[in-house]
Amino acid sequence: MSMQAADTAPAPAAPARTGGAGRERLRLLLRSGTFLAGAAIVAFWVACALFGSDVVPQDPYAVDLMSKLQAPSPDHWFGTDRLGRDIFARVIVGARDILTIAPLATVLGTVLGTTLGLIMGYFRGFIDEAISRLIEAVLALPLVIVALLALVALGTSYITVILVIGLIFTPLIARTVRSAVLTERGLDYVAAARLRGENPFYIMFIEILPNVVPPILVESTVRLGYAIFTVATLSFIGFGIQPPSADWGLAISDSYGLINGGYWWTVLFDALAIASLVVGVNLVADGVQGVFET
Amino acid sequence: MSTLRAIPRRLLLSLITLWILSVIVFIGAQLLPGDVGRAILGPLADPRAVANLNHELGVDRPLLVQYWSWISHFATGDMGMSYTMRAPIAPFIATALGNSLKLAAVAFVLVVPLAIFGGVIAALNVGRPLDRIITVLGLSATVVPEFVSGIVLILIFGVWLRVLPINANWPPDAGPLTQVYYLLLPSLPLFLVLFGYIARMARAGTVEALDADYTRTAVLKGLPPRTVLWRHVLRNALLPTITVIATQVGYLIGGLVVVEVLFHYQGIGSLIYVAARSKDFPTLEAGVLTVGIIYTVATLAADVLTSMLNPRVRLGAAA
Repeated sequence: MSMQAADTAPAPAAPARTGGAGRERLRLLLRSGTFLAGAAIVAFWVACALFGSDVVPQDPYAVDLMSKLQAPSPDHWFGTDRLGRDIFARVIVGARDILTIAPLATVLGTVLGTTLGLIMGYFRGFIDEAISRLIEAVLALPLVIVALLALVALGTSYITVILVIGLIFTPLIARTVRSAVLTERGLDYVAAARLRGENPFYIMFIEILPNVVPPILVESTVRLGYAIFTVATLSFIGFGIQPPSADWGLAISDSYGLINGGYWWTVLFDALAIASLVVGVNLVADGVQGVFET
Repeated sequence: MSTLRAIPRRLLLSLITLWILSVIVFIGAQLLPGDVGRAILGPLADPRAVANLNHELGVDRPLLVQYWSWISHFATGDMGMSYTMRAPIAPFIATALGNSLKLAAVAFVLVVPLAIFGGVIAALNVGRPLDRIITVLGLSATVVPEFVSGIVLILIFGVWLRVLPINANWPPDAGPLTQVYYLLLPSLPLFLVLFGYIARMARAGTVEALDADYTRTAVLKGLPPRTVLWRHVLRNALLPTITVIATQVGYLIGGLVVVEVLFHYQGIGSLIYVAARSKDFPTLEAGVLTVGIIYTVATLAADVLTSMLNPRVRLGAAA
């Protein structure tokens, strides 16, 4: 039974009540091999995003048409792209934009989704029913296609990408929070607060919210993985991060027409960078899920 | 009996979902872009030309009129005229859908048996290294964007080994087998994404069924392990997997956008992509709504199928 609970995606977790639970969970997390492996990968890319431009040996944006499309060599470890830019330097600093946009979109979605979920779960009734239908409609479209539609309509920029992904995540997170709130609102402490005459928003945010943090945490780490997936995909099809950024998805979109000519280095390292980052984030999410949902 | 009575309610909910969806698509494609004529003709065009084009396209009418005319035509199969191709959209959608269906079919035929097999094997070895390996590899395969795995697969099979064509367009008079051959490489990125989801569900279902009382009873009354596995465990374990497979149809179409662009394949995904790039709003609208309808119908079919196969699931109770 406990195995089953760990494996079916977002189920509301048991609420945290005992004071030592947080420390116990942290201890369990630090003993989980998948979590540590994921955290190491993510930490590496975060370090690249923060300090990469200070440590790379070459200027990632310097165009040098004399040395374009050179294979990996001691001068250019990962070779050069079709504008002669050093791919090693670009892969290192390419972490920056995606690791800015994806987390911001996730935070936006988490804040809005938590608020919406608390309202839906606490008030139930018509609001709940109406928003549930809206969520189901949004869920009937693949994430990439909704984002595409919205970005075509609004125009692509960092702000719109963050807004669009954040707003698409809002109902998904709201759904998780809602089901967690539904179990909480029947408990005695909520009834006590209500009898004391506290106002609904005090009950929602001060009384209930701290007890539904674990499922929110699990859901938003999973969402962060999806955000990175989506931003990378949007950049690849030209609706995400824009040139001259060294972003990986953008680099692949720029060079994949060349691979039949044998210029494999122009795409391979960027592809491996994206793959390692999403796998890293999802290993972290898997570890967090395992610890919070048992 | 109660399951059958719940079907009309479920159908009604699906219709409401579709209606909301159509409003969202309408808002996205017709309200947000603002001045369509200006968007097509560019910022330097004569205002009278813009007004003329807007009138010709019918986008100067009140919004409710526009919505009604769009949705009532759509319901009869008339999806309107494409801005860029200056031709009715419906035939394009039909052709593209047919192509995407072929690609999706190849991916599904490969992934469903293999992923179920992988999930069941993992469940039978629960907690052992083999289980961890299948689970972690499945998770990793699922979360890597299709264009990333697609690039790596193209490099391996198309550029280095040269065993599979990297362009999905088969020669004009190709037979079915040749078509499948051309679709093999494009279907692999979709395979990878779907594998993790389906294997995960198959594993979870099998683990639960192995743990259930009826399995213990079957073992204790002396049935051979093979019979227990086939008759009792798998039959119960794979039901939820059907639902997952149907919900993956939506993700699959999202993945098709990228895969079809990467492999130059003329499916519904690349149709939506091209429409988006050229700001061809009617085509974009029709494509996206079609995708939504397919997804909603697939989910509905899965729900009905699950409820008919499994008397314990009652439709409507969960909503």
